[in-house]
Amino acid sequence: MAELLQQIVSGLASGAIYASLALALVLIYRSTDVINFAQGEMATFTTYTAWSLMHHGMSYWPAFALTLAIAFAGGVAVERVVIRPVERRPELVIVIVTIGLLLTINATIGWIWGADVKAFDSPFPNNTWDVHGVTISIQDVGTLGVCLFTVLLLWGFFRFTTVGLAMRAVAINPNASRLLAVRVGWMLALGWGLAAVLGAVAGMMAAPTVFLDPSMMLVILIYAFAAAVLGGIDSPVGAVVGGLTLGVLINLLSRYVDFVGTELRLPTALAVLLVVLIIRPQGLFGHRAVRRV
Amino acid sequence: MIALPRPLYTAVKLTALAAAVAILAVLPRFMGEFRVGQFTFVGIYFIALLGLNILTGYSGQISLGHGAFMGIGAYVTAVLTLGRKGLVLFGHHPPSWIPLGDGMRPTLTIPIAFVVTGIVGLLFGMPALRLAGVSLALATFAVAVSLPTVAKRFDDVTGGGGGLSLPLPETPFGLHLSAPHWLYYEAWGCAAILFVVAWLLVRARVGRAWRSIRDGELAATASGVSPALYKTLAFGVSSAFAGVAGSLLAIQVAFVNPDTFPLSLSILLLASVVVGGLGSLSGVIVGALMLEFLPVYAQHPPLVGQSFSKQAPGVVFGVVLILIMFAVPAGVAGLLRRIVRPLTKPVPTVSD
Repeated sequence: MAELLQQIVSGLASGAIYASLALALVLIYRSTDVINFAQGEMATFTTYTAWSLMHHGMSYWPAFALTLAIAFAGGVAVERVVIRPVERRPELVIVIVTIGLLLTINATIGWIWGADVKAFDSPFPNNTWDVHGVTISIQDVGTLGVCLFTVLLLWGFFRFTTVGLAMRAVAINPNASRLLAVRVGWMLALGWGLAAVLGAVAGMMAAPTVFLDPSMMLVILIYAFAAAVLGGIDSPVGAVVGGLTLGVLINLLSRYVDFVGTELRLPTALAVLLVVLIIRPQGLFGHRAVRRV
Repeated sequence: MIALPRPLYTAVKLTALAAAVAILAVLPRFMGEFRVGQFTFVGIYFIALLGLNILTGYSGQISLGHGAFMGIGAYVTAVLTLGRKGLVLFGHHPPSWIPLGDGMRPTLTIPIAFVVTGIVGLLFGMPALRLAGVSLALATFAVAVSLPTVAKRFDDVTGGGGGLSLPLPETPFGLHLSAPHWLYYEAWGCAAILFVVAWLLVRARVGRAWRSIRDGELAATASGVSPALYKTLAFGVSSAFAGVAGSLLAIQVAFVNPDTFPLSLSILLLASVVVGGLGSLSGVIVGALMLEFLPVYAQHPPLVGQSFSKQAPGVVFGVVLILIMFAVPAGVAGLLRRIVRPLTKPVPTVSD
């Protein structure tokens, strides 16, 4: 029983990382209607930036904050420079552009920082708490806390600020928003900026355990995709619930089902993705796409 | 403006095709073995890109997992060539329910790879194509990332991380050809057959259905075209093509392991097909040449006298991909068409 609880907590910790990145995907999907395949690489890039800041003597939390600011600026810049020219073009074109971004950013990371694996500091002590016989790692609790805090902050932003309201309006009906004098283009850019911030948080939380290398977010991106599809690709709540569920599910399966083990964790996520697509394509919280023919 | 009547337009196209075939047929005579090998790879990529272009260029779907489907084809060829005896000899213990046989001539495994990969593609395409938009891209992306781990896990059949070594290629049927030349003609022979297959498909009813789905899914559905059926079919056909490419690749390098087919291969395949030209079968050759030669020339550009990082090809591919989408979405083939079309456009006749 104690071990089961332990596995659930560590599943929640990795689930929180998947949830952050899944939420980033959903944010962009809702506003731009595309899946951003470069989301993981953008996160990796910002995590390397954080590494460089710390490498030059900055302490953790200032570097963390500065990285988030850089990520935000980077996300806005990417939308303005790369996505805006193809904004009104078919979905296929935009997706190919994000794949081009993935390729460019991945190779650029390798070019700047080299391909070898780097260690990344964690802000949390490497101890454990003992709660009634259940050993809980502080690292896990911290990761969960930081990710959920970010999500909560973002929810508050969307719920209680005028800009957040405008962004939600743009996601629902860009044309009507434009008539109400909402700057639609900048709202989209802001969405990319916030998504990049979420990605940066996910990257910096993941890096201490998976270590820093140019393709570290690729696998996490797959989990995030699966989480987003599980929760419903257009639902922010779904992304968070989907991420946490997936994290726990995969942790338990790999611990208690011998066939899965540590090697088949990733294919399990793929299986979840396919099963959801077969049984309930709109996911847990998503809306069924209805079209008139 | 000079404009050609329709029969002449067709004649120009056929002449260009005949010229391409003639050049490819005599090319190995003027090259060393290393170059012949490189052009064999061009042929292999040509096949994979043909398949991917049917999917992306004609039916409007994206696959980020074609490298993985090449991998499946390669493993089919490797396992069947070795046979049960060969696998046991290497110390593997394949489960007895898999029909392995006692080893085959590599060439004969190519059609089997075609069929097996095609079936896998059909089965995979059914759920993956349920969500509108990019669900296929998502699911295939996951396949490309997971294939290496799956191959390592089921090492009884795949040889795990160590991979499978095939017997060195030799010329079969008593032909008077050196092995590299044989591999070259084998690859380009398959490429020619599959080019004709692809050409027939895209001109037929199926091809029209694909294009109608790509250009307007709603309108296509309203006209009685089932998007799910035709998209799945496109995915099946294109995976089968990738399977043949993978099979040829396994024969060419006489070795398969999980890292032969990384995600980056899948992404570069997509990039090449876009650069060559979506929806153009002849543009595929440009993509194939680029995929084989760009990595070399991006790292060591001629005339500059300086070498760049190993990452340079990735940056070049990525930037080129984005710029092409900005400026010429129809790729190199589209650019050529834009230049040549005014010269060769058929003269409208009275009945038009």
